[in-house]
Amino acid sequence: MKYFVLLAGYGELPAWDDLTAEEQEAQMAQLGAFYEACAARPGVEMLSQAPLGDGSMATTLRTRGGEVIITDGPFAEAAEQIGGFYLLDAPDLDTVIELCKVLPAYDIDIRPVLEEG
Amino acid sequence: MTSTSDQSSRKADGAIEGVFRAEWGRLLALLVSRTRRLDLAEDALSEAFARASERWPEKGVPANPPGWLYATAYRAIIGQLRTEAVAGRKAPLLAVRPDWEPASDTSDELPDERLQLILLCCHPALPPVARSALALRLVMETPTEQIARLFLVSTATMAARLTRAKRKIVLAGIPLARPVGEELQARLDEVCRTIYLAFTAGYTPGEGPDLLRADLAGEAVSLAALLHQLVPDAAQVRAMLALLQLQHSRRDARQQKGRLITLADQDRSLWRRDEIRTGLDLVASLVPTEGYAEELRLQALIAAEHAIAPTAAATDWTAIARHYASLEARTASPVVRLNRAVAVAEAFGPRAAFPLLDGLDDTLPGNHRVASIRADLALRAGDIELARASYRAAIDLCSNDIERDHLNARLDTLQTAAPSTS
Repeated sequence: MKYFVLLAGYGELPAWDDLTAEEQEAQMAQLGAFYEACAARPGVEMLSQAPLGDGSMATTLRTRGGEVIITDGPFAEAAEQIGGFYLLDAPDLDTVIELCKVLPAYDIDIRPVLEEG
Repeated sequence: MTSTSDQSSRKADGAIEGVFRAEWGRLLALLVSRTRRLDLAEDALSEAFARASERWPEKGVPANPPGWLYATAYRAIIGQLRTEAVAGRKAPLLAVRPDWEPASDTSDELPDERLQLILLCCHPALPPVARSALALRLVMETPTEQIARLFLVSTATMAARLTRAKRKIVLAGIPLARPVGEELQARLDEVCRTIYLAFTAGYTPGEGPDLLRADLAGEAVSLAALLHQLVPDAAQVRAMLALLQLQHSRRDARQQKGRLITLADQDRSLWRRDEIRTGLDLVASLVPTEGYAEELRLQALIAAEHAIAPTAAATDWTAIARHYASLEARTASPVVRLNRAVAVAEAFGPRAAFPLLDGLDDTLPGNHRVASIRADLALRAGDIELARASYRAAIDLCSNDIERDHLNARLDTLQTAAPSTS
């Protein structure tokens, strides 16, 4: 199965910009460890991944009454902290949950990718 | 002739009934484990039972009924998977060799995957309201309308809730896992919370004939007993089963003529002695531990104190107050503090308990029990004014008709008993 893993928020961690250089390095090391854990796990493959610009760089499009309205984003306050995503191929949800525990303690949303029938 | 056919038909019905209760969970767990398709497995097994109830009365019960049911359901799932494959649909969850043939000799050779099925139903990724319902439906084969009655919702609501949960299991890829060590203990804690929730739902007052639903709380006790049988060494499961058995043993005394009977007023001759003995034996085997298992153990000790008291007056409230104090220290729960206050009042008098009620109106806003217990204590301490005011406050907050009637009756007695002070 394919899973979309969204780094949805900092949780109890300070925002990236509030981290010291050492703390940033430590988090980078954890992200690297996650990559390695995925590579080492049989049946798991990282298909895609990317860091995303923060909410201040977001642009929101809304169509209302047929008119496209362009505004400064993000579309919801909760999306402010979205930091990046991974697209994983993994045997099941428990495997993904276990791997995600290697990541920094972000708030994470795991969604199955729906395969076309 | 007719009588012979009737007899064989009855025999077949009996065999189906027996296999149904005993083997449903086991067969379903095995089918899910082998095919990883919960959605197909449940339907296929229901279908196999339906076919059995048609065929067996005519053609006789097969030598190995569970083996027959398993093979029939398994073939139906494989057929469905082939249809999906032919239709060009991927079946990514298919992890079976379609040529795999089940052993069809004795049922003892069917492996027991029910623990895994229970863990699956109580997976933390599922909404809490769906977990126990799903476990009762899939493991115990409790009918959906009965589960709906247990949780005081409509059958349609419960059916939708079950369907959503099953859909999530399949689409999110929640596996039939075999956790070990700490992971297993954490998952078992969750399972115990889930089963306890289902049990207490049965004793949450409803309306009319459904005031209490002890028969359905009994389904939760059976599930707990099954879990204990599957993991006999798990401390939290053992403590929970002890607690449930002791509480459930009082069911016949808990209501009378549509009214709830409080513990103090219950006819103790109606308590089920055999169940109390089983519960007490389990309690005797519990040792002090940590975490949720210890919370359940303390609750079981409290239930045991009530169970061994020959009369309400003979209850060892000092011991109960001590257990509640330990429980409060672990949980910091205001509900536990409230119960502790009641025990302290019984053990050391109402005035010793008043300080424990301080602050509970804020931590338990809208809970009528704080006011009603304050009223009871005030009455016993001779403070009629406080008692009356507190009963009125409790009546305002109480949302259950039956309990409110009960409170009104208490207030009425008070006004009749001491009319001159008002």
